[in-house]
Amino acid sequence: MLNLLSIITFTPLLAAAIMALFLRGNDAATDNNAKWLAFIATVATFLFSLILLFGFDPQDTGFQFVEEREWIMGLTYKMGVDGISILFVMLTTFLMPITIAACWNVTTRVKEYMIAFLVLETLMIGVFTALDLVLFYLFFEAGLIPMFLIIGIWGGKERIYAAFKFFLYTFLGSVLMLVAMIAMYVDAGTTDIPTLLTHEFSAGTITLAGWQIVGGAQTLMWLAFFASFAVKMPMWPVHTWLPDAHVQAPTAGSVILAAVLLKMGGYGFLRFSLPMFPVASDLLAPLVLWLSAIAIVYTSLVALMQTDMKKLIAYSSVAHMGFVTMGIFAANQQGIDGAIFQMISHGFISGALFLAVGVIYDRMHTREIAAYGGLINRMPVYAAVFLLFTMANVGLPGTSGFVGEFLTFLAVFQVNTWVALFAASGVILSAGYALWLYRRVVMGEMIKASLKQITDMDRREKAMMAPLVVMTLLLGVYPAAVTDIIGPSVAALVDGHVAALAAYEATTDAAVRLAQN
Amino acid sequence: MAVTLVLAPLIGAIIAGLFWRIIGERAAQVVATALLFLSAFLSWIIFLTHDGGVQQITMLRWIDSGTLVGDWALRIDRLTAVMLIVITTVSALVHLYSFGYMAHDENFSEEESYRPRFFAYLSLFTFAMLMLVTADNLVQLFFGWEGVGLASYLLIGFYFRKASAGAAAIKAFIVNRVGDMGLILALMVIYFLVDSIQYDDVFAAAATLSETTVSFLWTDWNAANLIAFLLFVGAMGKSAQLFLHTWLPDAMEGPTPVSALIHAATMVTAGVFLVARMSPLMEYAPQAMTFVVLIGAFTAFFAATVGLVQNDIKRVIAYSTCSQLGFMFVAAGVGVYSVAMFHLLTHAFFKAMLFLGAGSVIHGMHHEQDMRNYGGLKDKMPYTFWAMLIGTLAITGVGIPLLYIGFPVGFAGFVSKDAIIESVYAAGAGYAFWMLVIAALMTSFYSWRLMFLTFWGEARGDRHTHEHAHESPMVMLIPLAVLAVGSVLAGMVWYGPFFGSTEQVADWFGPSIYMAEGNNLITEAHYVPNWVKVSPFIAMLIGLGLAYQFYIRDTSLPGKLAATFPGAYQFLLNKWYFDEIYDFLFVRPAMALGRFFWKRGDGTVIDGGINGLAMGIIPFFTRMAGRMQSGFVFHYAFAMVLGIVVIVTLVTLTGGAR
Repeated sequence: MLNLLSIITFTPLLAAAIMALFLRGNDAATDNNAKWLAFIATVATFLFSLILLFGFDPQDTGFQFVEEREWIMGLTYKMGVDGISILFVMLTTFLMPITIAACWNVTTRVKEYMIAFLVLETLMIGVFTALDLVLFYLFFEAGLIPMFLIIGIWGGKERIYAAFKFFLYTFLGSVLMLVAMIAMYVDAGTTDIPTLLTHEFSAGTITLAGWQIVGGAQTLMWLAFFASFAVKMPMWPVHTWLPDAHVQAPTAGSVILAAVLLKMGGYGFLRFSLPMFPVASDLLAPLVLWLSAIAIVYTSLVALMQTDMKKLIAYSSVAHMGFVTMGIFAANQQGIDGAIFQMISHGFISGALFLAVGVIYDRMHTREIAAYGGLINRMPVYAAVFLLFTMANVGLPGTSGFVGEFLTFLAVFQVNTWVALFAASGVILSAGYALWLYRRVVMGEMIKASLKQITDMDRREKAMMAPLVVMTLLLGVYPAAVTDIIGPSVAALVDGHVAALAAYEATTDAAVRLAQN
Repeated sequence: MAVTLVLAPLIGAIIAGLFWRIIGERAAQVVATALLFLSAFLSWIIFLTHDGGVQQITMLRWIDSGTLVGDWALRIDRLTAVMLIVITTVSALVHLYSFGYMAHDENFSEEESYRPRFFAYLSLFTFAMLMLVTADNLVQLFFGWEGVGLASYLLIGFYFRKASAGAAAIKAFIVNRVGDMGLILALMVIYFLVDSIQYDDVFAAAATLSETTVSFLWTDWNAANLIAFLLFVGAMGKSAQLFLHTWLPDAMEGPTPVSALIHAATMVTAGVFLVARMSPLMEYAPQAMTFVVLIGAFTAFFAATVGLVQNDIKRVIAYSTCSQLGFMFVAAGVGVYSVAMFHLLTHAFFKAMLFLGAGSVIHGMHHEQDMRNYGGLKDKMPYTFWAMLIGTLAITGVGIPLLYIGFPVGFAGFVSKDAIIESVYAAGAGYAFWMLVIAALMTSFYSWRLMFLTFWGEARGDRHTHEHAHESPMVMLIPLAVLAVGSVLAGMVWYGPFFGSTEQVADWFGPSIYMAEGNNLITEAHYVPNWVKVSPFIAMLIGLGLAYQFYIRDTSLPGKLAATFPGAYQFLLNKWYFDEIYDFLFVRPAMALGRFFWKRGDGTVIDGGINGLAMGIIPFFTRMAGRMQSGFVFHYAFAMVLGIVVIVTLVTLTGGAR
């Protein structure tokens, strides 16, 4: 299995190509075939990725399953996974079949819809497996196109505005990242990520247009990457595209957006910012920590006041991503373990929450919280499932939501106690908005006449939720399943970071001493 | 054995909650209850055969990251064993009682299956509580801590159709989370300084911590004091101490068996347990302990004043619980942890009984809870009456003062409450001593007020309800009888190990409770002046006399008094206006801030700013991108391709990557 990663990455694309080329017709049978083909392709991808998982050796902190070959125009096609990226691949392949199942009731342009999701899957996996700068950039940026289409064609009423906003935010970040990548290439002479990881980018203070820039080139490149990843994450204050995009996106689009696409930002920080620009990361960590703390408090408060269910969950996602950035830039074992864990766990929980909204949206065609109330009377199974994920979102121990939050708390306290205090207030606020939502939607008398005929989850919907329920509880009770895999790689990352900082300190000290002599 | 004991309720909860459709409603209830009785049986075996040592059992790995290790593990020592019998005994009895109490419920129609759900929640609660007390590290404690919070939330909101129940459930969870934030911060500090969250490591580091300063927020703190203080903030939430007490009275929205189990006997005492469990650390944190005494004393006093005027029978008992928890914290705060545990134990018996008795009254009176509509129920519910009477004698502290025959003679509450008051006097905490004595007086007053209003006098309120008032079925009365035995005997039986002498206590509790060298309070408490020893008894008599005067001899007196001091009456009736103040100080500002950030922050500033900026840039790009009519996707793709072209060109020009 020398090219396992390529198989995993391109199976969905292959299915999409087959669909585009050979699946003709506009009748229901064609639609059905498209859905089944997409489902089978995503399940197959997941099964392939299981081989990857079982073949993976956590103790080896280098890249595994590496493929490298010549590509067009002197570029290299290089792929591989390590402890940091493999679980993101797993998360993507695990969630895709569920996502496909979630669009089972779509009737408009089904074939194209399926193609969009399959292409998206290839591009998402590509982001997490690419080991070449150009390849990464290609996957990273191209992934937005299917997402645009999903929102823009199958989305809600104001999809154009949402897509527009998405475009604006991401575009600016991407341009800067591109510039930084070019600069990296010029400096290091290669686009090979493993080589870049060992390359020392200059961190000497430089003067630019009269400004003293501490950390020099590293700081500039770090900022350029930050612009891109912070938008993707999204971090406060560039988060406002997310609620709009979520509200307009169809259910399956929201699931993928929240569960996987947001994680690209976090992955980017871990793959590029922290290991490649250690000095700049250290220098600018307080900025990130404070932005994270603000995000947690600010967006939790905003979530409290939302009247639209999807917006509420979107804001809560921003708050949860605050824990992730906080953990990453605390830059210690618990912080990064916690950040990765939080991202994986948030993939399951937020995905499930958006599915839960989709379940009732399919029935009532509204996301207004005020349109619901007392669903428990007719939908007991739904009420139970929704409660589980609400509690997981609140971070109750025993669910996966707790572990990541807890680890990042312990991590950030070692770095900045104020940030820890603000972040800890998130445990109160998240309970506030999540339980209040639950109360308004699920509890109470069923008064509204429109709801009287609502039906509980059907078999398909239960089957969609079941794997997410299992994962949320499993990772809550036995998080070692994740930390065992990521632990050694994270430890290596942290050690490398510490060593790089120490080396930098030593050289600056030497420079100072030299200057004094 | 310990593992079976802890997991049995979880299995019961799963079977009752998920599989009742398969095995049937009745069977689900029976299974859950049987497993709980198994737990209780094993608990008593552990308690009675315990040798005073510490037994640690690792079950499964849990959180593991770098130097942080927190396993699923059990720790059985004397302190845990005491908690085990309290939890499982009360829980088993409450399960049994619920067969009767939940048989019919007007909140649900006959064909609805609410009973298995109720039993599942009760069992789930018990499991979480057991995890809390058997934890061997602080994260597992936190798991139990939050687990009981979840169960409490579910059970308070059990009548999900009632708006008030939904509100009370959320309030309980969120107020508790305020405390939890303190607990989490404590864990952060502990891990930061000790590099471990295992009890053994933390305890071993306690002495060092007391000499360590840690920089937290704006200044440096003594580590031991800071940790102890933050832990206690957590305890304040769970145990409904002043400032974080507001959820407990509202929690009475839940079915009455819940109030007995969770909001009287077990969950609310978790805070006291936490302080006792952390005694090795607490002993090195004198300032924090002063704060514990202060809050405990004020809570005991405050809650008692509010209890004086409440009309809902369950709310009276709820405030009474709040007040008694204050007593326990004062004891823990002055350093007599065993005495705090003693009162916890006796209180579990008589308070669970009072609640179950109240439940029996409510059940017999068709869910009427306002005492103004009771009266003269003595003959209609004789067994309930006797049970409640024993409970009242226990809580007010009836016994024979100054008689000592190897142990004092009196009801459970008499023995343990006097132990607290004597210890506090011996510790020299004068203000706390007086506040507790006054609280004891008020305890006696409101308890007898409850008795007189309910069982004596004329029948008031709806005549139809009174005509149909009936005694509860056997399955509800048996638990009352068992608890009655405990309420009478618990104090006298366990006097020695909890309050005999410093040596006896230290010997019995072994390493589970730590008392620093020189902490000889328990022995000293036996040598306080006689007037101190009789003062709670006298306070009790005065309270009884006043209640008799007010509610038997001249029933117009309370009304007149309220009319004479309307301000004071309203102040107490409205619970010192805590809810209103909190609403004004926290809830409204949070919502206003949320709305402001949303509309102004996100809307005007961020979107406004970026969109404004974009409006300047976009037309430029649009022109540049020419007449591509298909929208932004293509603009974007175009930009991306452009980017790739730049990189590729560069790579090609410089000779290609190797």
